[in-house]
Amino acid sequence: MEKSIIISGFGGQGTLFAGQVLAYAALDAGKHVTWIPSYGPEMRGGTARCTVTISDEEIGSPLTRNPSAVIAMNLPSLDRYERLMQPGGLMLANASLINREMDRTDVRGIYIPAARMAEAIGNPRLTNMIMVGALLASEKILPLDVVKKSLKEHLPARHQKTLPLNFEAMDQGAAFVKDAVVA
Amino acid sequence: MAMEKVELNVVYERPESLTTTTTHYCPGCTHGTAHRLVAEVLDEMGIREKAIGVAPVGCSVFAYDYFNHDFVEAAHGRAPAMATGIKRVRPENTVYTYQGDGDLASIGMAEIIHAAIRGENITVIFINNAIYGMTGGQMAPTTLPGMKTTSSPLGRDVEVSGYPIRMAEMLSTIDGASYVVRQSLHDAAHIRKSKKAIRRAFEVQEHGLGFAIVELLSSCPTNWGITPAEALHFVRDKMVPYFPLDDYKVIPEVAKLKV
Amino acid sequence: MAKELLKGNEAFAEAAVRAGVEGFFGYPITPASEFLEYMAKRMPALGRAFLQAESEIAAIHMVYGAACAGKRTLTATSGPGVSLMSEALSYIAGTEVPAVVVNVMRGGPGLGNIAPSQSDYNQMVKGGGHGDYYPIVLAPATVQEAIDYITLAFDLADKYLSLVYIVVDGNLGQMMEPAELPPMRELRKVPPEWAVSGAKDRDPNILTSIYIDPPDEEVTNIRLLKRWLEVEKNEIRYKEYELDDADIAVISFGVAGRVCLSAVKTAREEGVKVGLFRPITLAPFPRQAIEDLSKRVKRILVVEMNSGMMLQDVKQAVAGRVPIEYYGRMGGVTPFPEEVLDEIRRVNENDEEIPDGMERVQWLERLEERIARGE
Ligand SMILES: Cc1ncc(C[n+]2csc(CCOP(=O)(O)OP(=O)(O)O)c2C)c(N)n1
Ligand code: SF4
Ligand SMILES: [Mg+2]
Repeated sequence: MEKSIIISGFGGQGTLFAGQVLAYAALDAGKHVTWIPSYGPEMRGGTARCTVTISDEEIGSPLTRNPSAVIAMNLPSLDRYERLMQPGGLMLANASLINREMDRTDVRGIYIPAARMAEAIGNPRLTNMIMVGALLASEKILPLDVVKKSLKEHLPARHQKTLPLNFEAMDQGAAFVKDAVVA
Repeated sequence: MAMEKVELNVVYERPESLTTTTTHYCPGCTHGTAHRLVAEVLDEMGIREKAIGVAPVGCSVFAYDYFNHDFVEAAHGRAPAMATGIKRVRPENTVYTYQGDGDLASIGMAEIIHAAIRGENITVIFINNAIYGMTGGQMAPTTLPGMKTTSSPLGRDVEVSGYPIRMAEMLSTIDGASYVVRQSLHDAAHIRKSKKAIRRAFEVQEHGLGFAIVELLSSCPTNWGITPAEALHFVRDKMVPYFPLDDYKVIPEVAKLKV
Repeated sequence: MAKELLKGNEAFAEAAVRAGVEGFFGYPITPASEFLEYMAKRMPALGRAFLQAESEIAAIHMVYGAACAGKRTLTATSGPGVSLMSEALSYIAGTEVPAVVVNVMRGGPGLGNIAPSQSDYNQMVKGGGHGDYYPIVLAPATVQEAIDYITLAFDLADKYLSLVYIVVDGNLGQMMEPAELPPMRELRKVPPEWAVSGAKDRDPNILTSIYIDPPDEEVTNIRLLKRWLEVEKNEIRYKEYELDDADIAVISFGVAGRVCLSAVKTAREEGVKVGLFRPITLAPFPRQAIEDLSKRVKRILVVEMNSGMMLQDVKQAVAGRVPIEYYGRMGGVTPFPEEVLDEIRRVNENDEEIPDGMERVQWLERLEERIARGE
C-alpha cells in the first residue's frame, strides 16, 4: 500500500513541519517514507508545500502528480489540487481560509475550520496539527498514537513544552472528522 | 457655483527608466532604493535610451525586469568584463554594472580590479549588504567580524576567514580609477548623497573620464534576521563605522564636473 | 546504527565527514549550499579544515592542494560551479591525485534555474576539463545510496588516484528519507607515499601535471588509460528491477530512475512486462550489461531529465539490436511517474521501427503536446 500526501499552504503555516511529523512517525512505524519540499522560485510566491510518500515497499518517485490525500491550508492549494487528485482521494480543506466548495464529486472533501479551532486552543500555529489529526482520523495511514509518540521523541528539547497543545490539536482535528458530514 | 481652482503639485512620479513591474525584493530591502536612484539619474541626464545595464547574479539578478532600458545578464562576478566588451564596441552607449558584494568582491574580484586598472569607461553601482542575499545568507567578503551567517554559524572568525574587504579604499589605490566613493542608503539624508554620487559616476562616463564606482551600504533584513528598521540602524551603527563614507578618489577632472 | 530520517544534502556531507574528509572547500550555490553550511558547523567542531573560498575556481584549487597533501578532500557545488572548476579538475586528473566532487545538478545552460535536473550528464561523464582523462561518475538515487557511494567515492579515488564525481539533483539534496550513516572512520595517520608532506628521510615528492616532452606525456596518458581500463573492469555498478521476464526495459538513472520505478510497478500491476535498469556508475558506463539486456528485451525506453544525453551511450551499447525510444523533461522539470507510465503503455503498444535519430524527434512532438495540455 502506498499513500502520497501533499500538504500545501502559505509559508508560515507549518506545512513542511506537518509533513515531517508524518515522516518521522512512518519511520518509527517501520514503513518506507520520503519527504520532499518544494523549493526554488515557487517559494518566492509564498507557497510552502511538501509531498510525503508512505509505503510498505521501496519507494520510487518521491513526487506525484495525482496525490491520494491533500491537506489544503489555503484556497490556492485547493484550486491547484482539486483537479489533480486521484479519484476516491481525500481533500482536507482548512475551511477558515477556503470559502468555496469542490466541484469534483469523485473526491472526498472534508472542511475543517482548523485555524479557528487552533485559535480556540490558544495558538493559531496549531492549525497544521489539527489538520494532521483530521487526516489520520479519516485515512488509514498511521495510528494517531504512533504519530504522537514519535512527535514526542523527535521534537527538540526546547519545544517539548508545546507537546500537550500539539496533542490537543491533533485530538480535536480527529474528533472533528469523526462527527463531520463527509461530502 | 464657481469651480474652485486647484493647483496640482507633482511631488512623486515613477521615473521613466523604471518599469511598472513590482519588484521581488523583500520588504525593507534597499536594493529598491538603489534602483530608483539610478533610474532618476538616467532620467535627469536624459540617457535612458542609450543606457545598457549589466545585471549580476545575486538578489538583483532580475534588475532587467525593473529598469526600462536595455540590459544583459552576466555570469556571477563577470559583469565588469561583460560591460567592457559592450563599451569597447559601443563607446557611444552608457554602460553600467549593478553588483552585489559576493558578486563584485568575491568571485568577481579579478574582473572589477582589472576594469579599474584599465580605466574602463564604465559606471559601477556596488551594493554592499555584507551578505549573500540570494543564496540564503552565507558569509560575504564584506561580512563584519563576528557576524553570524549560515556559513559562519558562530560568527565570522577573522582567524579563519580573514577580514572584511573595503573595496572603495582598495580601488582608490588603482591609477586607472577616476571616481571612487562610498555612500549609504540608511536614511533620507544619505540617500540624497548617494544619488549625487551616482549622478557624478554617470557624468564621469559621459565625459569619457574613465572608471567610476559608487559603493552603497545596503540592508538585508531577511538574511540578517532583523526588522527593516533595525536593519537600517545596523547599517548606520555597525556598517558605517567599518566602511566609512567618503569620496575615496576624485581625480581633478572629475572634481571639476558640475553635478 | 538504526535508520534515521535524514535530509539529503546534510546526510551527504556527514557521509563525507565519516569517510575521513580533512578538508572541505566550497562556494555557496543553490541547490548545494546546505552541504557547505553543514560543513561550516561540523568540520571546525572536529578540528578539520573548512573554508568558504572566494569562488569555485579557488575552492577546487584548494581541494587540489589538499589532495596533493595526501588528505581526503572534497567540494560540493552545482553545474555553474563545475564549469568554473573545469581547469583545476583537469589539473587534478593530470597530477593523478584523488579528489571527490559532488554536483547537485540544476537546470541549465547558463544561469538556468535552481530546479532539479540531469543536464550536466555530458559535463560530468564526458570530462569537462581539457586533455585526455576519465573521471569516475556515480549517480545514486536514494539518500542511502548517496551516503554509501560518497563513502565509496573516497575509496575509489584513492585506489585509482582518480577524480570521482557524485551526481545527484536538487530533489535528492532537499528530500528526507530514512537512511543509516556508517560509523566514523579513523583519519589516515601516515600520508600516502606520493603526497607532499615534507621530504624527511626520503627523496622529495614532486606533484605536477606538466610533461614538457611529448613522450613523457604519452607515458602518462598510457598510465591514466590503463588505470581507467581497470576501473572499467572492476567498478561497474547498476541496479535491476523486474527485468527477468521483461519485454520492455526502461533505462534511467538517479531520481529519474526512481520515478521510473514507480511507473514500472504500476505498469506491472496492469500486466505490462516491463522492468527497470538503473545505472549507478555513469562512468564507467554499464555497456556490456545493457548490450546483454538488449538481447533479451523487445524494446527499450530511456528516460532522463535532459535532452537525451545518456541516450547516446545506451544507443552505442544496443547497437541497433532493438528499437530505442526516449522520454525526458528538461529545464529543471522532474517527470511524474504518471507521465512515464503513459510512455510505458505507449511503448508497449508500439512495434514500429524507429529510424536512428528519430527517437528524439518523436519525443519532442509528444512532449510539446503534453506541455500544450498544461502538464
Ligand atoms: C558560478 C556560480 N557560483 C555560485 C552561484 C550562486 N550564487 C548566486 S547569487 C550568489 C551570491 C549573491 O550575493 P551578492 O553578490 O552579495 O548579492 P545579494 O544577493 O546580496 O544582493 C551566489 C553565490 C552562481 N550563480 N554561479
Ligand atoms: S534577501 Fe536581502 S538583499 Fe535579497 S531581496 Fe531580501 S532583503 Fe534584499
Ligand atoms: Mg550581498
